[in-house]
Order: sequence, then C-alpha cells, then structure tokens
Amino acid sequence: MKRKIGLLLGCYLLMACQKQNDALTVVSLGGIHAKTQKETFYKPFMKQTQTSIVADSYNGGMAKIRSMIETQQIDWDVVQVETANLIRGCSEGLFEPLDTNLISNKNDFIKGNFSECGIGFFSWSIIFAYNKDKLPREPKTWKDFWNIKDFPGNRGLQKIPMIALEAALLADDVKPEDVYTLLKTPEGVDRAFKKLDEIKPYIRWWEKGSQPLPMLLTGDVVMTTTFNGRGVIAQQEGKPVGLVWNDSFYDVDNFAIIKGSRHKKLAEDFIAFAVSSAPQKAFSEYSHYGFVNEQVIPLINPILLKELPNNPDVMRHAHKINANFWVEQGEPLERRFNIWASQ
Amino acid sequence: MEQIIKQQILKKGLKKSGRKKRWLSRVLVMPVVIFLIVFFVVPLADILCKSIINPEIHRNLPQTLQALATWDGKTTPDNTVFMALANDLREARKKGVAGAIGRRLGYEDDKYRIMISTTLRKLPRKPVDDIKSKIVAASPLWQDPTTWQVIKQVSGSLTTHYLLQSFDYKTDYNTGKLVPITIKMHNEQVANYHIKILLRTLWMSFIITSFCVLIGYPLAYWLSCQPTKRANLLLILVLLPFWTSLLVRTTGWYILLQSNGLINYLLQLFGIISQPISFIPGRFGVYIAMIHILLPFIVLPLYAVMKGISTTHLRAAISLGAHPLYAFSTVYVPQTYAGLRAGVLLVFIMAIGYYVTPALLGGPADQMISYFINYYTNEINNWGLAAALSLQLIVLVVILSWIYSKISYRKRKV
Repeated sequence: MKRKIGLLLGCYLLMACQKQNDALTVVSLGGIHAKTQKETFYKPFMKQTQTSIVADSYNGGMAKIRSMIETQQIDWDVVQVETANLIRGCSEGLFEPLDTNLISNKNDFIKGNFSECGIGFFSWSIIFAYNKDKLPREPKTWKDFWNIKDFPGNRGLQKIPMIALEAALLADDVKPEDVYTLLKTPEGVDRAFKKLDEIKPYIRWWEKGSQPLPMLLTGDVVMTTTFNGRGVIAQQEGKPVGLVWNDSFYDVDNFAIIKGSRHKKLAEDFIAFAVSSAPQKAFSEYSHYGFVNEQVIPLINPILLKELPNNPDVMRHAHKINANFWVEQGEPLERRFNIWASQ
Repeated sequence: MEQIIKQQILKKGLKKSGRKKRWLSRVLVMPVVIFLIVFFVVPLADILCKSIINPEIHRNLPQTLQALATWDGKTTPDNTVFMALANDLREARKKGVAGAIGRRLGYEDDKYRIMISTTLRKLPRKPVDDIKSKIVAASPLWQDPTTWQVIKQVSGSLTTHYLLQSFDYKTDYNTGKLVPITIKMHNEQVANYHIKILLRTLWMSFIITSFCVLIGYPLAYWLSCQPTKRANLLLILVLLPFWTSLLVRTTGWYILLQSNGLINYLLQLFGIISQPISFIPGRFGVYIAMIHILLPFIVLPLYAVMKGISTTHLRAAISLGAHPLYAFSTVYVPQTYAGLRAGVLLVFIMAIGYYVTPALLGGPADQMISYFINYYTNEINNWGLAAALSLQLIVLVVILSWIYSKISYRKRKV
C-alpha cells in the first residue's frame, strides 16, 4: 500500500518536472496586449528562429516574480514591466542586467527607452477623453478637466497618485518643466492635493485600463483619463469620444529578463527582435499604441501616425513620466493619496 | 485457570484488532494530514513569519555592522565604518540587492530611501582613501549620528516594525518609545489608516451579517414550513446562486446598479426619482451584493436545524395559553441557536475576508482589509506589512470565534 503511494507520488513528481521544456516563456499583461504580442512578436519570431514561445500573463505586480526568485522556481524568461517596477525590481535583483550592445541603433529610440535591466518595447500615453454628446464644447486642457462649472459632470481618474498629482499641478498653472521639482517639495505636494480637493466629489476612480471608456460611454463620467490606444479604438468604432492629446503624459512598457532565466540568450534575441522596425510597425498598427523605434516613422501609414503618441505634433506637447521620481519619492505620496482618497 | 487464559487470549485478540483498526484509520487520514501540512500549514506559517523577519540590513551590510560595533553612538563614525559601508554597498549593487537596503531603511523614514539611492549613484567604483567625505558629499544625512542609530536599530534579524505598523504605531528611533504613525495632510497630522480599515472591516461585516440574519431567518423558517416537494424546489432556488461564480454575481450587481442600469431605469420609469442615483461605487452597492452572495450561508444551516424541530412544541405552548409570538421566541427560537450560531459565524468570517465584491463595487472608502493585503503584496511589495495585516485578520477571526463559542455555550446551558 505504502509502496504504491510512493510510486504514485514519484510518478506525479516526474510528470510535474517534465513540464520544464526548452521553450521561451514570455509573460505579458494579458488581454489586448497578449493578443497583440502573439500576432506581432511571437509568431514572426518563432518563424524566423525555429524556436517556440510559451505565452503567459500576470497582473503586473512584482509579487509572483519575487516569490519565483526566492524559491528558485524560475518558470518565466521575459516579462513585460512598467518602468517604475522595472527600476524597483532591478535594484532588488529581480531582473538580469541588460546588455545594451544588443541594440546597434540606440540613437533611433525614443527618450527614456533604455534602463539598466530593460528595454521599452512600446509607448503609451495617458490622455483624457470626453463624451462629445454630453459636453457643450470641447475641453482642451487640464484646466478644463478641472472646470466643473463650464463642463458639468463626473471625472474619471486612475486610482494612483501618478498623473493625478502631475495633472493637478498643470491645471493649477504650473509650467510642465516645473512639475516634478515642485512635487519634491512639501508645498508642491500640498498644492497638488488642494487642487485635487476641488474636484474630489466628482471623481470616479478607475483601476484597470478597460474601465474608463465604458464609464465614459455609459455617462457615469463626462471626462476621464485613459490610455491612448483604448481611446483611439473607441473613436474608430464610431463612439462619441473626443481625445485631448495636449499635455499628455507618456512612458514605455519594458521587456526584462528574470534573474536566473534558463534561456537568457534566446530571451535577449527575442527582445532585440521585438524592438526592430518590422515588429514595431506591426505592433503599432495592430494596437494603436506607440512604437519606440523611430526607424518606423517613414514606414507607417501617416493617418495612423496621427493617432499615435509618436506623432511629432503630439510629442511636442507631451511629457515623459518621471519614473525615477515615483520610485524614490512615491511611497509617502501613495500613502497620503490613499488616506486622502478614502476620506 | 483455563478461563483466565481464555480471557487473556481474548483480550489480546481484541487489542490486536483494535490496534489494526486504529492503524488503518490513521493511514486513511494520512493523505489529508499531509495535504494540509504541505499546502496549508507550511505556506501559511511561511507567509506569517514574514511579519517578523528582518533580513535586509544584517544580511546586506555585514561589514558595516561589524565596524559599527565599536562606535560610541553619539558622533559621526570614522572613516573605517564608511569604508565598510562602501564595500557593502558595492557588493549589494553587484548582487543586485541594494534596493532592499533602501526599502527597509525607507520604512523608518522616507528620507533614507532617497539617501541610499543617491549614495549608490555617487559611490566611487573603486575603493578610495577618504571615502567618508565622498559619501557625506553624496548625502549629508550620513553625517547625522541618528542615521547610524537607525541602521543599528533595524539590523536585528527579527523586528516588531510590521506588527506595530499594522496597529499604526512605530518605535521612535530617538527615544525608543512607541509613537503613533501620523501623516501630514493639508497642514494637519492625521493618524495612519490601518486601525481605521480594521474597524471599517468589522463594521461592514457586522452590518452584512445583521441583514443576513434579518432576511435569512424568516426565509429559512418559511422554507421549513413548506411541504417537502415545494421546499426542495425552493431550496434549489436558494442554492442556484451558489453554482454561479462569485465574480459573475458581483458583475451582475454592477450591471444592475450602475447609473444607467436596470434599477435606476425602473425607478425613473415609475417616476420615483428624476435623476439616476449613483449606487456604485459606494457602500450601498457593496452591502446589497454581499448580503445577496452570503445569504445562502445562513439560510442553509438554519433550514437544516429548523427542519428537525417538531412543530408540536409550539402548538403545545400555544395551547397552554402563550401568545404565539411569545411561544415562538421562547420555545422555537432557542432551538435554532445551533444553526443560527453556525450561520452567523460563517457569514461574519467570510465577510471579513471579502475582496472581489468591495473591490469592484466600492470606492476607496469602502475597501476592506483584504484589499490592503493585496495592495501591499502586489503593488507596494511590502510583504512584511501584508503578512502583519494577514496575521491581524487571522487572530481576529480566532478570537471572535472563541468569544462567540463561549457566549453561545453559556446560553445553551441556561
């Protein structure tokens, strides 16, 4: 009896171990990203290199990666991470330092695309969208976003201090280049929160990228911040959505290699492939998010280019999110923001 | 003589068969025990231990701590300590764990996180002689003896930091006394929010449990009075939501309650309201959905108990002259205490740990403790605090069930 159980357990363990294979595991944030990446990165890469990729997804939190490294059960190779988490994870040893020699044409990439442990592979903007049917005229600036009197109705904001504080200062007549210097001072933080107080009763918070546009279209809010791709796609579907690109905030999402990955070489090849111009072009066409490799500009359809964060007219009035600021000084702001929001 | 021997043989045989049976029963429960230990007790203990272990400093700054051993504690340490610090930081950077040092010191005061990261940026790559002035130039905080005291204080392998923080207290690094953690909000100091969250969690669970009793008790009574055939059919209706995923039910309420949802539409159609009411995000929506989801957990144990109570008791009491209501409350209700106790306990404990429903239907002011455990685990990566909050939740549940069992036991005796 006992021996049988032992045998059974042994077989089971053997089966569990056999799951480890030679495929590269690439982990995205799921949903629309997973689909886009499968079509534009994985399939062509597999065809080109005759290797296989296993796609997985996670919620973007570092918890799973940390426990993988703590238990030395590293099942993932390449992960999609946002910049603040990339910097944080890099300084805590969760990712392999990245060899920047992988990329020969570094000057062709947009600002802030490389960091110690990762490379940006697409860019996104936080813009604000409004419901054309519900507003008397077009809002144009963050000041209009704060103007409840002329644009009555609720506002949608992401439930994190990032962008909320920056936008509040812009609405309070702060020059864009002064935003982060001001946020490093207690007075600047107070000023941002005071400005947020003005619209607090009208704020409806969203947490996932899929939430703001339905909120806008059902009339729960008349204006909301949103990721640019969702906004553009809603417009193309003929929904009454207007987009305000002025003073938008942009950043990249990065690919990083998990510390101790079993396929490091293959992972590096994959990342280098993903940021080369052909997959970059395909990614933007498919998802309406921005590319990072500016060699794509002459290749891409000019009509599409107009709707991407890479549009030169947009870029002139766009601001890079200061991820370093949020990594270093974000925690006390986050604490205060949470208390403020829950009162 | 012969009889005694026979008896002894019989006893032996009995013992033997008893041993065999006991052995067999032990073997049979073994898989469950092993399963529980491997997949429940060990991981749980591992996570909860994270609320007191404190490896960041003593693991990553060993040379510094050694050099600090002879430090007087009042003045800025001398160059050898800074030399050791530079070595440790270089080593930590090479191993990729420097962020952990900054994170841990940052929990004591946010300025130390920035101090570590600027020092790392400006640290000379190779050892130099006068490292002290270089490091102090990178961040003047290193000149302050308090900084070094803090490092010494957080260098133990165990800490009470996270447990204290889960109750909004911390040890002041100057005086060593317990002080409340406050946060500056618009020129006033506001207490930290963990106790508030705990009380909110208890209050919301209390409201939900009360309404579940108010709705569930009559429902269960009515069900138990129905003829068997109809009762079974009705019971299926109670059970039906059970077979639907929690997420689906919550989303269902989301659709019904939103400002252009069915409920607002009907209220407007009948002219009860002119403007849509915003039920969600808000406390009201959370209550409605959670009461609906948790109702079966009180109806089923109550129904099971009520089914077994004979109606003759009630009739006897009434025939002896008791008012029906009086008879019901003194004869019938006490007999249902067992089911009520089980149901209330089940609903309350489940409500305390709820995550999905408040997260989807509630605003920031309606989130319960689980939301913050998730927040610290996944978003902030502060596992120590997440573990401390989990411990708070577990201890709370254990204490509550203990108190409850005491109270209900006494009642039954009377």
